Amino acid sequence: MEQKLIVSASPHLRSGTSTQKIMLDVIIALAPAAVASVILFGPRALLLMAVSVASCVVCEYICRRVLKRPQTVNDLSAVVTGLLLAFNLPPEINPLVAVFGAVVAIVVVKQMFGGIGQNFVNPALTARIILMTSFPTRMTTWTAPFAYMNGEADAMTTATPLALSAQGATDSLPGLLQMFLGVRGGCLGETCALALLLGGIYLVARRVISPVIPVCYLGTAAVFSLLLGRNVLFDLMAGGLLLGAIFMATDYTTSPLTVKGKVIYGIGCGLLTMLIRVFGSLPEGVSFSIVLMNILVPLIERISRPKPFGKEEVRS
Amino acid sequence: MGLSFPKKPFRTHGGAAVPHRKNTAQLQTAVLPCPDQVTIPMQQHVGAPCKPLVKVGDTVDVGQKIGDSDAYVSAPIHASISGKVAAITQVTLPGGQRTDAVVIQSDGEMRVSPDVKPPKVDSAESLCRALRESGLVGLGGAGFPAHVKLNVPKGKRIDTLIINAAECEPYITADNREAIENAQSVLEGVYIIRDLLHIDRVIIAVENNKPDVIETLTRIADNPERDPDDNVRVLPLRARYPQGAEKVLVKSCTDRVIPLGKLPADVGCIVMNITSVAFVADYLKTGMPLVKKRVTVDGSAIQHPQNVLVPVGTKISDLVAFCGGWKAEPAKLLMGGPMMGLALTGDDLPILKQNNGLLAFAEGDAVLPEPTACIRCGRCVAGCPMDLMPTQLEKYAELGDVDALNRYGVMCCMECGTCAYNCPANRPLVQAIRMGKALVKKGGKQ
Repeated sequence: MEQKLIVSASPHLRSGTSTQKIMLDVIIALAPAAVASVILFGPRALLLMAVSVASCVVCEYICRRVLKRPQTVNDLSAVVTGLLLAFNLPPEINPLVAVFGAVVAIVVVKQMFGGIGQNFVNPALTARIILMTSFPTRMTTWTAPFAYMNGEADAMTTATPLALSAQGATDSLPGLLQMFLGVRGGCLGETCALALLLGGIYLVARRVISPVIPVCYLGTAAVFSLLLGRNVLFDLMAGGLLLGAIFMATDYTTSPLTVKGKVIYGIGCGLLTMLIRVFGSLPEGVSFSIVLMNILVPLIERISRPKPFGKEEVRS
Repeated sequence: MGLSFPKKPFRTHGGAAVPHRKNTAQLQTAVLPCPDQVTIPMQQHVGAPCKPLVKVGDTVDVGQKIGDSDAYVSAPIHASISGKVAAITQVTLPGGQRTDAVVIQSDGEMRVSPDVKPPKVDSAESLCRALRESGLVGLGGAGFPAHVKLNVPKGKRIDTLIINAAECEPYITADNREAIENAQSVLEGVYIIRDLLHIDRVIIAVENNKPDVIETLTRIADNPERDPDDNVRVLPLRARYPQGAEKVLVKSCTDRVIPLGKLPADVGCIVMNITSVAFVADYLKTGMPLVKKRVTVDGSAIQHPQNVLVPVGTKISDLVAFCGGWKAEPAKLLMGGPMMGLALTGDDLPILKQNNGLLAFAEGDAVLPEPTACIRCGRCVAGCPMDLMPTQLEKYAELGDVDALNRYGVMCCMECGTCAYNCPANRPLVQAIRMGKALVKKGGKQ
């Protein structure tokens, strides 16, 4: 034995999981919704996703270079942010808006606070909120599904089911089956409930996310909707609720660590979303609800700390 | 009897599905021929170190006491081979502490000391006295002196004896082989301790990845003569790390929670390792003190992985040579299992009483991935058997925030490593928590 031995602290065995593998799983889970968006909204969807992902990755790379920090572009988290940002954009929006969104998400929200694991709000959602206030018209101009097939996309604008419902135009609402398949106006990745649910099942099955947050979020929204005598299934599939509950509210960095914390957070998201939908002047409230609850996470964490096994707890 | 037996284990929090890698479980234990030389450290237990009772040039026999201490919490040390004391030297133990050690040059005879004769035991007190002389310490790895553990303070009532045969560390099969090869002694030891300490029920706890152990022990535990009321039973546990950790085991078997800083005796339990309990029976029969230990030798750098019965004090290099030498250049050498074992600095260290495994890994298995940023995925929190928040503990340890460390229960951590095993960012969580504990003990960052 000539070589020097490695002396390190236990454990000497690792499960083999990594941030990159987790992010890859999220990308796989997002794939059905990405495919659905291309089917529904055409090559334009593909273009937006490509621009958004590329901008996020480039922003991440440049930030780490400029800040002289270890390069994290390989962990694929910027790809996930890019996809989620694109999913939150109207299909016909100018791709430059996506570039602007990527700069907000990656540079301002993520890297300025220290990079992965350090941002206190969801990057893609915060970018969406900033885009909505910066480009209110562009961000709410929706194209009808399959309009691209007729080659007259510009003319085929439509309204989202939630906006229609808020205006009282119940006659022109899409049916529940259409909603389930995503044949309705809306952001790129939020329309196809089927694809989003498939992705959610994949994430839970792979143990990437715990089902606690989506179940509490959707459950609270459903109960709220039921109590107000609204159409529960419509409420669950409309707007960005499924996308938000499955993919955005479950973002590790901006959600609580403990089961108890996740329950409080999920219920809070559900309540806020329905309050905005029912009583707010905006038709949809998923982005604001999740970002608001993100900000509350440190406080939730304080009241949800688990009691250590065998320790007499003195609350302070 | 008022106590019932659990039909299935009680719930415990967290844990990890570590790979089992029990490659040596089906191999008969080999016996190491007498080595030329052994180095026997004077500290192989929790408690006060022993003082050597021999000097250079003395002739010693197998089983002769060569080190002892006046302290209560200590365990005497015995010669494991016969021969001449070649030197009294100092060695660095795997944990880093320096201690005296007696080096014995073998005469090849393995002559048994005339002191070795079966002790007279007819009460709990005489059992504890005898076990002190035997040098028995907790053989699961902790090395807590057995006579201290079995000396139940007045006013505490022990109703349950738990025999720990969980063996949840990957690779290690020493207890597994003890159960198969020495099952009669296991049960004999169980009956002796149960009868002398007037214990109501005995639960032999085995992880369910060892069906042969469960089958063997269940079969011979069914003994209407010695156990007419059938209060010695085997309880199969879910194979999930760290099932064999004392506090987790007591919860699994009895649903009782050991408070922080307390012992199983405080909740009416005694937990003994299966090899320890078999040794009790063998010692009362033969009087031969603890001078041999079964060690699992495994890992990617070992030519012929197997269990080997070795004299205490055998050099690791002799043991590796017996197992066919290195298969590949070793990059990491562990005393114990991969989850809680200690990394060694060389192969010239001796095997200690409480060692149950020697693992050697080639480069590819020895280098751990570099840590990346914590993504707050919560796997460490979900997996912690003590219900702690390791990622928060790491943060506060780095900040040196003693108040927060206490608030988050840093002292409850038993360093099982489940958090770090599960961490996708490869954070050195256990290392940080150890630092946090040291800060708490010191009362703040200097």
